[in-house]
Amino acid sequence: MKAGTRFLIGAGVIAAAVAWLMVQGVRETGVFYLTPTELASKVAADSSFYDLGVKVGGAKVVPGSVVRDAASRQIDFRMSDGQQVYPVSYRGLVPDTFTDASDIEVIVEGHLGRDGVFHATEVLAKCGSRYEAAAEEEARRA
Amino acid sequence: MTFLGTFALWTALLVGLWGAVVAFSGRWQWQPALERSVTRSVYAVWFAVAVAAFALWRGLFAHDFNIEYVWAYTARNLPDVFIATAFWAGQKGSLLLWALVLTLFASLAQFLTPRRYAPLLPYVAGVTQAVAVFFIVVMLFAANPFERLAFTPLDGRGLNPQLQHPGMIIHPPMLYLGYISFTIPFAFAVAALLSRRLDTGWIFAIRKWSLVSWLFLSAGITIGMWWAYVELGWGGYWAWDPVENASLLPWLTMTAFLHSVMIQEKRGMLKRWNLTLVVATFLLTIFGTFLTRSGVIASVHSFTQSPVGWYFLGFLVVAGTFAYTLLHTRWPELAPEAELESMLSREAAFLFNNLLLVGVAFSVLWGTMFPIISELVQGTKLTVGPPFFNRVNVPLGLLLLGLTGIGPLIAWRRASRANLKRQFTLPLGAGLLALVASLVAGMRELYPVVTVGLAGFVGAAIVQEFGRGVRARMRMYGDSLITALARLVGRNRRRYGGYIVHVGILCYCVAFAGMAFRTDLEATLKPGESVSLASPFGHTWTFTHTGVSQYKDANRYVSQAALRLDREGEDLGLLTSEKRQHFTLEDGVEVKSFEASTEVGLRSDLREDVYVVFEGVVNGTEEAQYRFTINPLVWWVWFGGLVLVVGGLITMWPGGGGPVAPARRALAADARPAGAQPAEALSDA
Repeated sequence: MKAGTRFLIGAGVIAAAVAWLMVQGVRETGVFYLTPTELASKVAADSSFYDLGVKVGGAKVVPGSVVRDAASRQIDFRMSDGQQVYPVSYRGLVPDTFTDASDIEVIVEGHLGRDGVFHATEVLAKCGSRYEAAAEEEARRA
Repeated sequence: MTFLGTFALWTALLVGLWGAVVAFSGRWQWQPALERSVTRSVYAVWFAVAVAAFALWRGLFAHDFNIEYVWAYTARNLPDVFIATAFWAGQKGSLLLWALVLTLFASLAQFLTPRRYAPLLPYVAGVTQAVAVFFIVVMLFAANPFERLAFTPLDGRGLNPQLQHPGMIIHPPMLYLGYISFTIPFAFAVAALLSRRLDTGWIFAIRKWSLVSWLFLSAGITIGMWWAYVELGWGGYWAWDPVENASLLPWLTMTAFLHSVMIQEKRGMLKRWNLTLVVATFLLTIFGTFLTRSGVIASVHSFTQSPVGWYFLGFLVVAGTFAYTLLHTRWPELAPEAELESMLSREAAFLFNNLLLVGVAFSVLWGTMFPIISELVQGTKLTVGPPFFNRVNVPLGLLLLGLTGIGPLIAWRRASRANLKRQFTLPLGAGLLALVASLVAGMRELYPVVTVGLAGFVGAAIVQEFGRGVRARMRMYGDSLITALARLVGRNRRRYGGYIVHVGILCYCVAFAGMAFRTDLEATLKPGESVSLASPFGHTWTFTHTGVSQYKDANRYVSQAALRLDREGEDLGLLTSEKRQHFTLEDGVEVKSFEASTEVGLRSDLREDVYVVFEGVVNGTEEAQYRFTINPLVWWVWFGGLVLVVGGLITMWPGGGGPVAPARRALAADARPAGAQPAEALSDA
């Protein structure tokens, strides 16, 4: 067998391995990424979306809704995309950018319980390098 | 100043257009005056952009808050060094920085390129001018840094405190330098295709440029990791965030190119592949900018608050179509001059290295774009996070690590049994020893154990290479050990510099494996209370909270929590972590700016980092909330970065160890297909 042919076989094996790793990776680690409104319509259509790990984005913290209990590191707040509001329950540390002062965009990961509360395992707020859009927006209004 | 800046940008736009149009028209081939005009237009555009940059800096230092950009990113109480670096804190200034560096590199490419590549230079100028024109157009029509406000605020908004960090002073420019300098290799590739000078000449002309680009990008990514680690406070340095992935993608294809180009130099193979890699890398640098600037991935409302992302997407499509068409029409002229002779050869090792690097790049691109892909295909957005990237890339990365050891050991063309035995016995033995040692030490996780084994193999392979070279010199020339080592590296800079880079990569891999053993703990402590955390190295850390102090600094209020560190009864002093609240002055009144930010408490040694985040106090008392993390081997990431940069600098240092390949190429001249010219012939043309 020519070396070129052997190499092509080897290349095929590597390509197949990469493809297999990716398919498996998506199947086992992929999560839905929904806005609160989309999540609401998903659970309405299919109740198995309760308790399913999802990521919710496109939502903002409802100003003034944040309740922190420092001793137990428990944080409760409400998030909304303007149409659908969900209470969120989270235990752990949140990034510095997370406040309820102005409209802070959040991305939460966790599951929606049947009690209608979103139990978050991770809370992200917009990070430093992405401040710009908001700053420019503000500048235009100023 | 804004008039000067805008005027300079318009001048640059018109001159750049002239240069690009004349260069691509090809008329300079008959009119030497036009050729000179093209070259001069490159210098002129650089000068005009430099004037614009000066105008922006002038505005920043003059606190001219009527300029929107100055208002948005600085304040009166901002330290000077951050006023200077606020130049690239925002999108508009970043674009100006990009244009400034691009035109500088374009000028250097015209000025520094040896005369024998002169026939390529007008085309190179055409490409760099076209890219520069694109950036200037974006600034003038979508993101003008000289835009004025309707009124003049008394003070600016100040710089985001997370950007007030030494890492942020150098990280963005480093990344930009890496991204931008790759425009030059792309320009030479296009020039070679346009002029049909498709021999190896252009490859030699860009060797230094691609190394420069790779080095800046590597350093930029590493500094970005350092910044994220010490400033963002989540305890790690790599999160597979789209912004990070965007910088990794061109790095991967560039790394592939740096290896595969050696095969083209030696054997005249892989011409098509190399051109494709250069084009892909350039497009990925633009794609990265598009991804980070458009908000297409980060934001759920996908397409863009700012039109800049669209400009980049448009440019990406135009540049991609252009490059594809060009490659397509020249494809038949790019036939390989030799064939792969054996799977047991350095060529084969490099080919697999390329496949794996491109495979990693593809999976990272796929994972990053997955929300969009899944929405297009299924109508629902799905995301993948770090678990996906680690699952796919750790095994691929380990295979790459193995090839790092195999590549330098195995012979070109076809390895003989004797060659394999001579080269591999010692390194394989060392690898096996490392593997057994890690198992004896109690490590049981598959990937870290494999990493240690491979690290032993690769490390021994590199040591063996150095050892043999040094011994040979000592025997032949009677040099001392140190002289022999210095001369060995000095005379073969590319080879041994490359090995040193591999040592750096080895450090990274071991450090990444170390992160598999990180442990953390959250605790709320009253003054005097302690908490203990076991290190993966077997000892125990005890943290005693001593109290919280508050003070005021130039532009911020600081709450500082202090801890006493104790390792197995040994007192290692105090460690502090801070919460900072920045403010600006408005009519003499302090106004909060930005959210509070955290300063991490960090104690680093060769084994592990103690990483402490002070999260806040309980109800105004001195009872503090903490998160403690033990991150093993993190120091080796930064050390690996340093080694990598040193190795890279040795590789590209001018002088000795220059291209020996042209001579080899001349020997192979009879094997060359008709129509191709040796590189040397270019100067006669």
